[in-house]
Order: sequence, then C-alpha cells, then structure tokens
Amino acid sequence: MEQNITLQIDNHTVEVAKGTTILEAARGIGIQIPSLCYMNLKDMCITNLPASCRICVVEVEGRRNLAPACATRCENGMKVKTSSLRVLNARKTVLELILSDHPNDCLICPKSGNCELQNLAVKLKIREIPFAGERNQLPIETSPSIVRDMSKCIYCRRCEMMCNEVQTVGALGAVNRGFISTIAPAFNEPLAASECTFCGQCVAVCPVGALTEVDHTNRLIADLNNPKKTVIVQTAPAVRAALGEEFGLAPGTSVTGKMVSALRQLGFDKVFDTDFAADLTIMEEGTELLERLTRYLNGDKDVCLPILTSCCPAWVNFFEHQFPDMLDIPSTARSPQQMFGSIAKNYWAEKMNIPRENLVVVSIMPCLAKKYECAREEFSTQGDPDVNYSLSTRELASLIKRANIDFNSLEEEDFDRPLGESTGAGVIFGASGGVMEAALRTAYELYTGKTLEKVDFKEVRGLENIKKATIDLNGVQLHVGIAHGLGNARKLLNEIREGKSEFHAIEIMACPGGCIGGGGQPLHHGNSALLKARSRALYEEDANKPLRKSHENPDIIKLYEEFLGKPMSEKAHHLLHTHYFNKAIN
Amino acid sequence: MSEIKLPQHKIDQLLEICDAHGNKPGELINILHKAQHLFGYLPAEVQRIVAQRLQIPVSKVYGVVTFYSFFSMTPQGEHPISVCMGTACYVRGAEKVLDEFKRVLNINVGETTPDGKYSLSSLRCVGACGLAPVVLIGEKVFGRVVPGDVEKILKEFE
Repeated sequence: MEQNITLQIDNHTVEVAKGTTILEAARGIGIQIPSLCYMNLKDMCITNLPASCRICVVEVEGRRNLAPACATRCENGMKVKTSSLRVLNARKTVLELILSDHPNDCLICPKSGNCELQNLAVKLKIREIPFAGERNQLPIETSPSIVRDMSKCIYCRRCEMMCNEVQTVGALGAVNRGFISTIAPAFNEPLAASECTFCGQCVAVCPVGALTEVDHTNRLIADLNNPKKTVIVQTAPAVRAALGEEFGLAPGTSVTGKMVSALRQLGFDKVFDTDFAADLTIMEEGTELLERLTRYLNGDKDVCLPILTSCCPAWVNFFEHQFPDMLDIPSTARSPQQMFGSIAKNYWAEKMNIPRENLVVVSIMPCLAKKYECAREEFSTQGDPDVNYSLSTRELASLIKRANIDFNSLEEEDFDRPLGESTGAGVIFGASGGVMEAALRTAYELYTGKTLEKVDFKEVRGLENIKKATIDLNGVQLHVGIAHGLGNARKLLNEIREGKSEFHAIEIMACPGGCIGGGGQPLHHGNSALLKARSRALYEEDANKPLRKSHENPDIIKLYEEFLGKPMSEKAHHLLHTHYFNKAIN
Repeated sequence: MSEIKLPQHKIDQLLEICDAHGNKPGELINILHKAQHLFGYLPAEVQRIVAQRLQIPVSKVYGVVTFYSFFSMTPQGEHPISVCMGTACYVRGAEKVLDEFKRVLNINVGETTPDGKYSLSSLRCVGACGLAPVVLIGEKVFGRVVPGDVEKILKEFE
C-alpha cells in the first residue's frame, strides 16, 4: 500500500499520497497557490514542471530559501505557509520582475481578458512596475495560422513542452541564453519554414499573448456587410461542445441550436454544418478502407494497410514533414472542411445559381491548422479557395460578443439544408475515436450487408493515449487503432515503418482528446476534466440523433444520386480526394 | 530539401563522429565539439545532419549551439584570436586589448574579417594567469599584452 504523508499547510492538516507536490496538496484543500509555468494534464500524462517562474513560492519551516510549490514534494511533518508576509513580498517581486520585461499594452493585446499573467497582476494587485530595465524587442511573426509576438514571452516553456514532448514535432526550442534567449524554430526561421504542423497546441497552452491565432474576424465582418457576397458558414462538430464556455456555461454544455441562431444573427446567408461533410468523409474514406481491405483479403500484396485517416490538417502536415516515405498510406479523402468547401462551391453554388466569385465559404473550427489548410494551393480553383478562410471557436465567441448578442438567451434553431443535415456519426468526429466509430458503423453495414444493431463502439472512446479494438465483420477480424496527440501518432507510424503494425485502420488526431482539445478551442488552462465534459456533450448529441450512420443521411444519399454518382467515382476523386507532398526539411 | 554545400568527405567524417558516439542524443555536446573542430564552425547544414543522425529535432541542436558561447555559426578565421577575459587578465587590462583588436580588425567579438584571415572571440581563463593579460592566436600564446602590442602581433601573421 502507498504510504501517506501528513503535513501542515497554513492552518490545515493535510494527508496526501507520497509524491504529491505542495501545490497539488494545497489546491486539493482549496488553497489556490498561483502558478504560471506549471501545467498538469494528468489524464494525458502531460506535465510541465520547469519550476522556472517562481511565482508559486511558499515558505517551508526549517528551510532557508522559499520553495517552488509546483516542484517540491510533500514530506511528513512539513509546515508550509502559502501566504506569509515573506511569501507575498517575494511573489510580488517575482511578478514585478517578469512584468519589467513585458509590454504594458494589455488594452490592445489579443490575449487581454484571458491572460494568466494579467490575471496574476490583478490578483496580486500590482499597481506599479518598479524595475525599469532593458526590454526585449522582437519582431512579430505571422504564419498562416499562428502569430508569434515573442516580446510577450515569459519563458514558461509550456509551448516548447507541447511541441517537443507531447507532439514530438520539435519546431520550437529555446534559443540563445540569458536576457536575449527566446523560444523559436531552428535558425530563427519563420514557423512556416519549420516542421510546425500548425496544430496550435503551443497557442492553447501559452499563458500570455506571445502565441495567438491569426485573426479573421474583421475580414468576416467586411464580407458579411458586402451586399454582393453570399456568405455561408460551416461549423465543425467540436465547436458546439465548447463555445458555451466562452459565455459562462458549464463545460460540456452543447450549444448547437444557440450557435446556429447566433450565426444567423451575425448575418450569414446560410448556416451549414461540417457534420454533413463528416458524413460524406465516411462515405469516401469508409469505401476506400473497404476497397483496400477487400484487395488485401484477396491476396493483393501491394495494398497499403493500415489505412490512416486524413481529416486532421495538422496530422497531414506531420506525416508530410516527418514520414515522407509513407505518403501512400493515409486515405486520400480530403478533410470534412475541404469536402464541404468543394461541394459548396461546385454543387450547391451551381444549384443556387451563385457565381463562384460571389460565394464566400467560411468555417468555424476548433483548430488553427484549418486556417493553413484553407490556404493550401491544391484546395483552390484559379486562386479562389474552396473554403475562403477559417475562424476558431474563440474568434466566433468574440464576434458574437461584439455583435451585442445575448448568447445564453437565444432560441435554438436548426441548420439549413441540404448541407446542414447530419447524422450522429458526423457529430462524434470531434472526439478522439469518433471518426473510427463513424467509419465502423458504415463499414460494418456496407461490408456485411447486415444491419448494425449496436452502434456504440465504446472501446474506441476515451482519453487513453492509444486505443485498440477488434471488430468482427462477418468473420473478418478488423483491427483498428486510435491515437490522439502527434507523439502517440509517431509511435503507431514507427510500428508501420518497421512492419510491425497489427492494424488495418488507424485514426489519428493531432490534438489531445481530438478536436475537442483543438488549438482553436476556448483555453483549457490545463484542465482535462473540461475535455471529458466536451466529449460527453458530443456523444450525448449523437445518442439523441434520429439517424446515427453516415450512409443513412438523406441529403448525402441525394448528393450521390444527383451529382457524385457513387463513392470514389471519378467526380468524387476530383472533388473530394487529394494527394500529399514530401515536406521533409532535412 | 536544403542544399548541402559541404564536401562529401567531410560529411562522411561528420557521420563517423556521430556513429562513434553511438548516435546518442546525450552525446550531442561532444559531437558538436568535434564537428566544430572538423569544420571550424557549425553551419546550419552540419546541425541538420547531426539532428537527423541523432533523431532529434534540429531546433534542439540549434538551441544547444546558441546556448554555449564556445560554439559558433560563423566560420572561424584562418587565425582565430581569443582574448582571455578571466579575472586576472581582466584586471590587468584585457578589455582594452580586446578593444584594440576590434579597432584594428574592424570586427566585433564573434565575427570574422571579410578576407577570412582573422576571427575574434573572448574566453574565460586559459590557466596562464601569470602571463595576464593573455591572447591566443591559433595555438600560439602571447602574454602580458598591452594595446600597443596588437598591431605588432598581427604583423607576425601577415
């Protein structure tokens, strides 16, 4: 049995498990010791403990120096003071020193109102910054998705940890030493020239305004006010599970109907759903899976298995950069965002008699890599992108607030048809394992010809790093694997490269928990309970949908009848599939 | 793919260095040390090759190269000049000696003259404090240097 430890924190006697830090023990009894560099996403084994910011210092009786609470383990009989005069003075000085090299432009900073440093300055009641010294002046760098303003960096190194340890991308690292040190790609090159996948996890964990997203809200307002333009919107599944958090609703509150209503009030001509395109993705990707599987079972030795999902643009970037020898393994299916854009501009626009140049397709995504994906050349026709631009969940929330919309009192409304019609299978795309589950529902019925009675594949759900399941398709054992986070994906890819992979199909999402934990979502501030709540919201919405299998979506059936023919047809290939590029830097 | 301008036989030697250290990420500093000895400096290409061989991100290699002042990304001159700025040399006027080198050569610390002949660096203590202030040019040691000696010393290398 694990030994427990008893210690005293302020006036409380606390019993904790061996190995618990003072910070965890204190927070467990409601003492909110402030922290900046510390980050702990326990369920995903993601921790950042450099103990470098020193904001969490506490007084431990018998020790000469103050101890960082985040990195000091509890010991038996320890007596800790978390808010003595000495601690408060030290903490204030630490913060004043951090602020002495931080721009004071809070009023116009993109992170204002959601900045951990600003919150701390409020909490510690900072009224002056007494240290007037040299300041770092570094240029602001913009990429298709991410803006880096390193003058605002406080060297917590959370971004570096996400980029290197969790995602194993290795784009960001500490450069130089001392006062001139910064976090940057190798050789100080722009992000776009590095291995960066634009997953946005660095942005998701940055406590300050050093890393933020490229903002398209003003561009959208201009388009919405242009009478010549028809502006339509698609919303990704994960957005509805998190948008409410920006309006004070409990995590896990699904706000689908209110979101649709808000988008109409903002002035979109049509409010459509990426879930529709998710169903379409399943038709194409599922068919591709079954085709490869059938060829494999018929003894074709050249067939590429496992097949990998290709919905996630950061993941696509990752394998293009890091596994260029395996470009033939992922499904060629475009992501739901791009399928939507292609169908909107090539099918719907024609049906509605709207000239392509007058149609603006906007997407609301939980993701920053989607901004970059919109700009990929292969998704443009004569310079006009299929999806003009993408906004994050956070940007949508800011637009709703700016438009004076009282989000919480909005009536619930439904998406427009046909591109707003979706099944439960489309909804769960937003959680890790969801694409696989959706594919299994359809693949099972298409392959066996039987009705799938139990549509829930619970074994592929949850936050476990790598999930595995075996599904019986009329005697054929289909082995599937699911990874979320690019570090986990790398493990599965290395197995494939070494010929050791046991899987026929693998789903990969770049972000922790899948899109619900995307780089464009309301900041989770290191709270993984939030991710669980968001995922629950999606599975509940799925369970309550009348149709839960993509191939039963009536508007998808109609789209194939009227326009595409059948999955993987020549037209479908042209409009819904893509190819990949070798982007290796070395 | 970045264009590799390094001669193949040197790349082979670099790969041998990595192999000799078992291609272990933990050996990065030792490998960079030898690589710098081999090339005279650590250009981006060398860092990329090392990163690839050790299976670590090139940003990590670049981080180490920029952290330690011993490593340099600028090619060293034919005659690398190091002025000791250790305590003993410093109190006996090393800074003025260094300033004189900067003035005469018209370069800063960490730079190389346009003709590639001299590069200038400062270091901390060469263990010859009795000769303070000390200047090293290549393998040659000059002791008790005063600013007035600088031009005379440089003449030796013309």
